[in-house]
Amino acid sequence: MSETGETLDLNKLPFKTRVRPYLIVAPALIITIGIMIPFIMAIFLSLTNYSFRRPSFTFVAFQNWSRILSSREFWHALWVTVQYAFFSTVAEMVLGVCIAMLLNSLNNWFSKFLRVALIFPLMIAPITATIVWQLMLNSSVGIVEKFLNLFGVYNFPWAAAPATAMMTVVMIDLWVNTSFVMLLVLAGLQSLPKSPFESARIDGGSAWFNFVNLTLPMLKPSLYIALLFRLMAALQEYAIIFGLTKGGPGDTLMNLSLTSYQTGFKFQRIAQSLPYILVLWLIVFFAAKFIVKKQRAAQRQASGLES
Amino acid sequence: MSKKFLLAVAVLATALVGVASAEINWRAYEGTTLNVMFNEHTYAQAIIAKLADFEKLTGIKVVYSTTPETNYFDKLNTALSSRTGDPDIFMTGAYQTWEYAPAGYMEDLDPYIKDSNKTSAAYKYDDFIPGIINALRWDLVPGHAVGIGKLWALPMGWEINTLTYNKKIFEAKGLKAPKTTKELYDVSVALKEHAGSGTYGLAVRGTRDWGTIHPAYMSLFATWGGKDFEIENGKLVCKLDSKEAIAMTDYWVKLIKAGGAPQWSTYGWELCGADLGAGKAAMMWDADRGGYTQNVKGASAEAGNLAFSGIPLPEGITVQRSNLWTWAMGMNAYSKNKDAAWYFLQYFTTPEFMLYSGTEGACTDTPRQSVMNSKAYKDIVGEAEGYLQTFAEVSANASIFFTPQPYFFETTTMWAEVLQDLVVTNKYASTEEAMKQLAERLTDLVSDLEVK
Repeated sequence: MSETGETLDLNKLPFKTRVRPYLIVAPALIITIGIMIPFIMAIFLSLTNYSFRRPSFTFVAFQNWSRILSSREFWHALWVTVQYAFFSTVAEMVLGVCIAMLLNSLNNWFSKFLRVALIFPLMIAPITATIVWQLMLNSSVGIVEKFLNLFGVYNFPWAAAPATAMMTVVMIDLWVNTSFVMLLVLAGLQSLPKSPFESARIDGGSAWFNFVNLTLPMLKPSLYIALLFRLMAALQEYAIIFGLTKGGPGDTLMNLSLTSYQTGFKFQRIAQSLPYILVLWLIVFFAAKFIVKKQRAAQRQASGLES
Repeated sequence: MSKKFLLAVAVLATALVGVASAEINWRAYEGTTLNVMFNEHTYAQAIIAKLADFEKLTGIKVVYSTTPETNYFDKLNTALSSRTGDPDIFMTGAYQTWEYAPAGYMEDLDPYIKDSNKTSAAYKYDDFIPGIINALRWDLVPGHAVGIGKLWALPMGWEINTLTYNKKIFEAKGLKAPKTTKELYDVSVALKEHAGSGTYGLAVRGTRDWGTIHPAYMSLFATWGGKDFEIENGKLVCKLDSKEAIAMTDYWVKLIKAGGAPQWSTYGWELCGADLGAGKAAMMWDADRGGYTQNVKGASAEAGNLAFSGIPLPEGITVQRSNLWTWAMGMNAYSKNKDAAWYFLQYFTTPEFMLYSGTEGACTDTPRQSVMNSKAYKDIVGEAEGYLQTFAEVSANASIFFTPQPYFFETTTMWAEVLQDLVVTNKYASTEEAMKQLAERLTDLVSDLEVK
């Protein structure tokens, strides 16, 4: 009932008011449709023999899937993907946290300068950074080679040998992306309440005690966000590996992204390339879901909603 | 009427027909817009420099894009597969036509060339060097050699693979340009660390793709007598397990290990050329124009010190067989502006334009015989020591020594991968084992190709 005693007829609400809820969700809906169309098409085409080479295609059911899942290439690519994601994400998380803690504990001109300077790699496209690193690591003209020569190390193979190739690409990834973790952790550190630390200091808590029992639990939400972004990107890595070795030497660095790209674009077997990328999607999806769940729990814990 | 009068009329009529067909109406497609896709290359730059002249002559507007080679063919593959007709014209290589033409993406150019209403008499198709123009002909049958069938593209330039060496380093070490494979091996070993750590004898490509196989490796492979595929019982059969293929590959692996770049497996043509130009590599076996461009005054630290030599020969072999690469331009079969596109192709492959591109345009290896014979060309290109002589010597038997088949990029990538494994890993007990396994895999891969 309205103030005047008249019954409010919802159908008589102005048109703009009635469509408002739909307008609010429209952008999200359009984006979702935009994402879902290629995704559903990818699933469908993976069940066909679609190729750039043929004007038409036929349905082949799970032929591509069974062939790929039973191939050595797939399991090798999966192993390379997991290795790369593990090494680069762990190293970036550890380094990022250490650097952020160091910068947070210092408050002088040097730490302020470093906060700005350490962000520079984030502004460079990974492929550009890779090309620059390729030249720096070159045994003929590279500055890193000249530096190593001072210590009696000559012709270090870097990306040219299977034993050192993974280390080299992870090193470049570290250079490009550690500052991303550092930025998030630094922001998290600066938003922590001061009172628990002051209480701990009065009680004589050591720096290690403070880190393990105060900083780390309260920092967990920020750490999970950094982990989420870095792990997802590392699982999908393409630019650094392709720019440096194209997946070589041999097939040393052929991860799921590169194998899919090579099969789809270089060899023009689009349908056969899709299972690789759909498996990668599944891995990223479940990993992201797990981390988001953990992040929410940590957020509630840090807010005092859960013990 | 006298016979003389009739003869005079006949001669006049023939002359008039000749004049009429000599010049086409270049304004026939005025107002058309053409989309062109270029790979980032000197050949494309020469065309771009003269686009305004073409637009002024024809009234055709040209919209173009240039893409670095690393991504060019991915972009082109996607564009062609859309079958929208965009781009109308695109840069391609001969090997790419083995994929694009069977897929129906490329227009046969023969009917345009033969049509006197569309092609100026001044075009002189016969002026193209036969070996080069024929590299772009194929009958679409996997296993059949190039040179027969339809013409899928027109050449912009070509490259043979020869040895470029640093004569200053060779003189300082008292060495001579190698003429045999044994000499090449010995010289490469002798020049290892010729000026300290990081310097080495021979730069050759080593990345994990077809680019590693097609220049120096394939040239020596063919010279050695190797073949990639042969047709047997109506099927393509890989021959990389032949005696010649194993012996050559074994030599190549030893050569790279003994005298190649320490980081060979990451080397494309850019790094090979950069090392040669910087004096880090004493020799490079790659596309002749790669060495040539490093030798141009001001282009590199070693400019002026580079000289050219032919293919080192294995024992008992007397013929140099350089594998050939040609950059060319093709027409999209789905183009909606085919006649205007033909005008573009025609204009930028005329003897007149190619004289410009071969001299001022720095496209050194011209596909036109008339340009190659011209004084202007000889004066410019001949400045590089041994270049023209080597070119004449090696180009005589240069050809495409790969067997045309649509899985070319897949087979050569697998080939390069095994080569990398042989050089930098202990994955295989011997070269023979690696090549036998590779041959088996490649035969299996091409087994679904129909050889009519």
